[in-house]
Amino acid sequence: MSVKETVITIIAEQALLDPSDVTPDSTIDSLGLDSMGFVECIFAFEEAFDTQIPFNANDPDGNEFDISNVAAIISGIEQLVQDNAA
Amino acid sequence: MKRVVITGAGTINPLGMDVAQTMTAMANGDCAIGPIDIPDADRLHVKIGAQVRGFDPEAVFNRQELALYDRFTQFAMIAAAQAIDQSGLQFDGALAQSAGVILGNSGGGMQTLDENYRAVYAEGKNRVHPFVVPKLMNNAASSHISMRHNLQGPSFTVASACASSNHAMAQAFMMVRAGIAPVMITGGSESMLCFGGIKAWEGLRVMAKTACRPFSANRKGMVQGEGAGVFVFEDYDHARARGATILAEVAGAAMCADASDIVMPSRAGAARAMRGALQDARIAPDAVGYINAHGTGTLANDKTECAAVADVFGRHADQLMISSTKSMHGHLIGGTGAVELLACLMALRDGVIAPTVGYEKPDPECALDVVPNVARQAQVDVALSNAFACGGLNAVLALRKI
Repeated sequence: MSVKETVITIIAEQALLDPSDVTPDSTIDSLGLDSMGFVECIFAFEEAFDTQIPFNANDPDGNEFDISNVAAIISGIEQLVQDNAA
Repeated sequence: MKRVVITGAGTINPLGMDVAQTMTAMANGDCAIGPIDIPDADRLHVKIGAQVRGFDPEAVFNRQELALYDRFTQFAMIAAAQAIDQSGLQFDGALAQSAGVILGNSGGGMQTLDENYRAVYAEGKNRVHPFVVPKLMNNAASSHISMRHNLQGPSFTVASACASSNHAMAQAFMMVRAGIAPVMITGGSESMLCFGGIKAWEGLRVMAKTACRPFSANRKGMVQGEGAGVFVFEDYDHARARGATILAEVAGAAMCADASDIVMPSRAGAARAMRGALQDARIAPDAVGYINAHGTGTLANDKTECAAVADVFGRHADQLMISSTKSMHGHLIGGTGAVELLACLMALRDGVIAPTVGYEKPDPECALDVVPNVARQAQVDVALSNAFACGGLNAVLALRKI
């Protein structure tokens, strides 16, 4: 699975949605994820990609890791995976 | 109904080895948060905490005691000895049989758990020390205080995460008030600054990586501390009859549950706890001069707490002072309310309001007088101490000058 597919699968599972309902422009709010649900997603991303995501629930708008929508999350993780491989 | 007063106080925490040192540090706005020095700290993402430094257990406890005392018990023993010494009480006869000890604690012997899990899982050992169970049980500190000081009355440990100490002290207060015991030893202790303890907190994604900045717009979360605070709660008439020095009156307490969310705090629950403590104490809201905030430095707590203060106090919310000493000693989890009660005693007795240090940027959602960065001189007659725990369990104490 690609990073995109894995991210969407994890989000869909957490949000109790079909993966086809998770689109690049979906936001955490529009998917109905609360803060705990999203922290669980972050943990699942880290486990799936063996990486550390700089996310702090006290700083959701912080620019360390962009979570504004699904596309931003995917590209952020792609970057982390690429950095880890380098 | 008896009146309840505090006749002894003791502590060991990141700011000091006793009450005097702690109050001096609070008045100076000292911050004890720094790099954590524990095994495997390089594998942690959160690398700061408020540790009790310069404390050598072997200088205080003998070999047999060290075999039985986890770090949280060591802290509690030290604080209790100071408090009981200050009170001047000796426990024998009828007093010994009625006086007890109720402490707050959340994690139990976390250092013991951490060390022994490491031994059996990481190092592959198949044998642990025979006293692991009595060392890690979270009533160990209460039990050892009862044994050391001959306290034979109602004794146990209360767990409500970050509100444990306040629940313990509220319970002890109610016992003395009801006439069940003329004296109760109470407070709390915690030692969670070990690899497993910090790792667990990291997972929740609420920890700050640089500083604890309660109420500041740029706050990034909480920072953990460790230590203990222990007090002697005594029937006022009993204290007067023996000519004891009275530090303050415990005028009221309230406990309640949000019954809503396991991690997110509730404005209504926090307000209900503060209002309840004032009603219990029969104190009008506008008599309150100082609130020691729960003030964890998380986004959610601080704005919720400020909104609840506004709900309870109305226009008076702008007149009172509210500070979070967690900015200096970190979050002592199950011991935090006890150490924070010292800030209330300092306000009532010395007229010194402990500051919220690390404050950099006003947050419109926390628009109260948070005593930023520098302590203040002020006359205070009534102080509240707030604790709103993870799990929605709240406990607030109301203290009055006497």
